[in-house]
Amino acid sequence: MSERFLMGNEAIALGAVHAGVNVVSGYPGTPSTEILETVAKNNKDGSVYVEWSVNEKAALEVAAGAAYSGARALVTMKQVGLNVASDPLMSLAYVGVKGGMVIVSADDPGPISSQTEQDTRHFAQFAKLPVFDPSSPEEAYEMIQDAFECSERYGTPVLFRPTTRVCHGCASVNVKDSFEPHKPEGFVKDTMRWVIFPRTSYLNHCKIEKRDPVLGDEFSGYRFNTVTGSGRIGIATHGISYAYTNDALKDCGSAYKLFKVSTPNPFPERLALGFLDGLDEVVCIEELDPVIERALTYVCGKHHLNVKIRGKLDGTVQPAGENTVESVRDVLSEYLDLKYEQADFPHPPELPVRPPVLCAGCPHRGSFYAVKQAVKGRKAVFSGDIGCYTLGNAQPLDMVDTCLCMGADVTIAQGIHRVEPDTLNFSFIGDSTFFASGITGVVNAVYNQTDIILIVLDNSTTAMTGHQPHPGTGITMMGEVSTRVSIEKILNAVGCSYVKTVDPLDLAAAQAAVKEAADMKGVRAIIMKSPCIAVTKPQQTYTVDADKCINCKKCIRELGCPAIVLTGGKTTIEPGLCFGCGVCAQVCPVKAINN
Amino acid sequence: MTNILLCGVGGQGTVLASKLIAFAAMERGDSVRTSETIGMSQRGGCVVSHVRAGKDIDSPMLPKGSADIIIAFEPAEAVRNISYLRKGGTVIVNKKAVKPVTASLTGSSYDGSEALAYLEQNVSRLRILDGDDICEKCGSTKVLNIALLAAAAKTGELGMTVDELKNAIVKRIPRKFHELNLKAVELA
Repeated sequence: MSERFLMGNEAIALGAVHAGVNVVSGYPGTPSTEILETVAKNNKDGSVYVEWSVNEKAALEVAAGAAYSGARALVTMKQVGLNVASDPLMSLAYVGVKGGMVIVSADDPGPISSQTEQDTRHFAQFAKLPVFDPSSPEEAYEMIQDAFECSERYGTPVLFRPTTRVCHGCASVNVKDSFEPHKPEGFVKDTMRWVIFPRTSYLNHCKIEKRDPVLGDEFSGYRFNTVTGSGRIGIATHGISYAYTNDALKDCGSAYKLFKVSTPNPFPERLALGFLDGLDEVVCIEELDPVIERALTYVCGKHHLNVKIRGKLDGTVQPAGENTVESVRDVLSEYLDLKYEQADFPHPPELPVRPPVLCAGCPHRGSFYAVKQAVKGRKAVFSGDIGCYTLGNAQPLDMVDTCLCMGADVTIAQGIHRVEPDTLNFSFIGDSTFFASGITGVVNAVYNQTDIILIVLDNSTTAMTGHQPHPGTGITMMGEVSTRVSIEKILNAVGCSYVKTVDPLDLAAAQAAVKEAADMKGVRAIIMKSPCIAVTKPQQTYTVDADKCINCKKCIRELGCPAIVLTGGKTTIEPGLCFGCGVCAQVCPVKAINN
Repeated sequence: MTNILLCGVGGQGTVLASKLIAFAAMERGDSVRTSETIGMSQRGGCVVSHVRAGKDIDSPMLPKGSADIIIAFEPAEAVRNISYLRKGGTVIVNKKAVKPVTASLTGSSYDGSEALAYLEQNVSRLRILDGDDICEKCGSTKVLNIALLAAAAKTGELGMTVDELKNAIVKRIPRKFHELNLKAVELA
């Protein structure tokens, strides 16, 4: 063993590698992205197959096929990705696997960078799958190896659910220096096993219901499910909240029992009964849903225990958002004698707000601006999607009227069109999102003869999650160069009435294309193609000619580029920030901006 | 246990600074936990790194009122995180204000002076560092994080000595940047 300083996601990746994982697939999504990237980085000999799949459903199915063939397979995604993968997941829970298969679904209490505060532990109950919930990077490294072992022993896929603070927290972790590779047996044909039919599903459902109490009982003895302490007050917790709780309880003056639940499904009921024995009250400290709280309430009812279960359901704990050491302290100090010092600072002066904005030089700024100018004065709705370009919603661009989930821009626009046929319905989608879940929406629009204008913001990368390759880039996670999948060819092939690729940094050309498309009917598509500034070299920077500048501030008012600033009341361009996109030079009415 | 909070604006180099502190602590034989801001906030937003080094660390995030030292790369960010400082804790703050990227649009007149005045009134152990002057003397804007770390090490509150910092620089930063960064340590 050797000690390494690892991020939680790196620990999960190394744990999987040290469990002999053979196939790893996934789709990028904060806070899960670094897991797959770390496997790829530690795969110099190419012994593990690693891929970014087009979406989470594809990723899960690739991994399932590998696991059917006896390989150990890992799938990574964020929690909303699990929704996309839920169709194969629900059925796979019945069919089962041969090689160990672990699905990492990273939850995001807060939420810090997600659409929902959904809880994968709940999803595990719904799908009838075992779920592991690590409380630290060290534990995650060990636990993912246990998850593979559990999956293989019970022939079931297993969910692994870290949260943001475990994923992105770093710690000194003891890792193995060597490991045993796992040798897959290969696919063995067996219709009764691998082909899902109503009859086999009934039989498999019976097996699952029989298995769960057995597995729950085994989990009662699992080393990461623990009951410690004594007293009449109990605290039940999990994940990163376990760390917060321990911190809050430092120097606690009263007696308490502490129950840590690392496998909320199937619930370790026997261990819970031992915990509840002799208690008057239990406070459940959980993030996201009250999963442990409901389970303990059920156990108390089932066994006629007179123990009060407190938590989110009775308002003891806040219903939404992240826990912190302070929030846990506030709750527990009602029940226990907690000692802590609080610094008391006077109210601070008003501080600058720093909202995230599109980067200086971001090609999306040109795309949004071109569309905005081209349809000025016409009734238009702009449906947006998930990615950096959601930031197009900020002032002064204000070009995102709706945002729901991956791919929904294309289809929401169709629904709005059915109610407002006279409105120009634009949908904005990124290149990676187009491949992930945009194509079916476009086909839907063509088939149902909908009038929409699709703007594909093709910046040649998956920018928001840290620049992962995708089918349009032709780069794979195995370091190979594959065929670039052409967005333009796809749009032509499915029957769009108008398909044009333009450079959004050429505002005149981009606006002309939008105007042309706006006057037509059917599904019109414009690909605004220009690389993300993070994957390309800066161009020559621009400066404001102070003699020519009339200080009308049009560039500031209309573009909101972070590189354009006011210095002593004069409009100037920060040379360190300017990327040389030249959009401001095209907007300037007196040609005062030049390179 | 030493509790350290580093804060600034995306792109200022807080993450490398927290990694160097963690490296030095592990060389000493201490355990370390850190927590970083990753995601949307990196794009010109506020960033915070929590670092805890020592024995028996539970939460990777500092409880409020527990930081032995706050290393702030920007005055307003120091004030924004002041509730993390323990009674009698130390603040090292870089003098230069970073205007929000939306300042020209919103007409914000923020220049950092009010934030610095607040710190001077409310923090007894305060060092305002002219990090940009050090960067200029070293010929690189990239040494701001090392300059701030060195200033923090020199207070004795960081749990990392100046020698440990120099060792971390030599072991963790590419060779061609050693001289530059070691000079920043001396100047801080």
